[in-house]
Amino acid sequence: MPKPTYEGLLAETVTYTGHGGDVISAYMARPLGSGPYPGVIVVHHMPGWDEATKEITRRFAYHGYAAVCPNLHFREGPDASPDDAAAVSRAAGGVPDDRFIGDAEGSVMFLQSLPYHSGKIGMIGFCSGGRQTYLAAGRMDTIDAAVDCWGGRVIASADELTERQPVAPIDYTPDIKNPILGIFGLDDGSPSPEQVDATEAELKKHGVDYEFHRYEGAGHGFFATDRPSFRPVQAKEAWEVVFDFYGRHLAG
Amino acid sequence: MCTWIIEKAEMEGSAKGPDGWFKLARANVYYDHPYDAPMDHALVIDFVENPDRPEGRVAVEISAESARRLIVSIQTALETGEREHALN
Repeated sequence: MPKPTYEGLLAETVTYTGHGGDVISAYMARPLGSGPYPGVIVVHHMPGWDEATKEITRRFAYHGYAAVCPNLHFREGPDASPDDAAAVSRAAGGVPDDRFIGDAEGSVMFLQSLPYHSGKIGMIGFCSGGRQTYLAAGRMDTIDAAVDCWGGRVIASADELTERQPVAPIDYTPDIKNPILGIFGLDDGSPSPEQVDATEAELKKHGVDYEFHRYEGAGHGFFATDRPSFRPVQAKEAWEVVFDFYGRHLAG
Repeated sequence: MCTWIIEKAEMEGSAKGPDGWFKLARANVYYDHPYDAPMDHALVIDFVENPDRPEGRVAVEISAESARRLIVSIQTALETGEREHALN
């Protein structure tokens, strides 16, 4: 009689060093096994380190990845609920780009320190996290495969740049060395289909290894099962694209 | 998409949060993805005691239609109340 396949994962809060030597918290989920498992950094959206993003982190563990989701608003409220910390962060002008990169580098170092890590690292971000993932793809050389899910303001006009977000991520396109995947809804207003086309043109111009997938009948945030924007058919197809992309670029 | 664009209004008054009443400093207002309300976008008002203290906050996340009704209600209440009290 065949034995049932064992499945198990562990999900917990961890701490590690982020930007400027600050200790930050992260939500981690990993399969219960000896590995080796590729790592994935999950970048949450502006509303914060929420239940939906933690569920996505566990999804990667289910699929055989050691996933971490750093709390990008940790400094605004180490003991506060994620929504309250996000409110303080928003009022202050959002997460500074340099601080995000420092926290992302800390996440890479944490994953690399794990005995069951395979050595490969992906990043996936949603909404403002998609923008930050595009930014990381250009500014970091340790992200082996990046997934930008509907990141707005990758292209930004001069009046949209701030002290905390001083450079449009699109300007780092020539520095992107590793593959990048984009997932977009054609009904999205930010990024609009025209902005997605312009980003694609820039990636093509600089010879970046990229894949863009556009979904009809879907708008912004169509993976979100708890919002009207959820599009189950398109989301299922796009999740398969994400895992196929990571399967090709993070294996081995 | 998620933005960090907010409108800020100085506030004079009090708000009641989970730990009781506190003195208000500001209201932060934005229209973006909510944290809790099952909507794609919501008008969010954060009444805050101190912009740097996360616990000192009373938050509402409401639909655009609700927000517009609220604006009318506030204006009507102010006009009616100020008129009534001016008579006394």
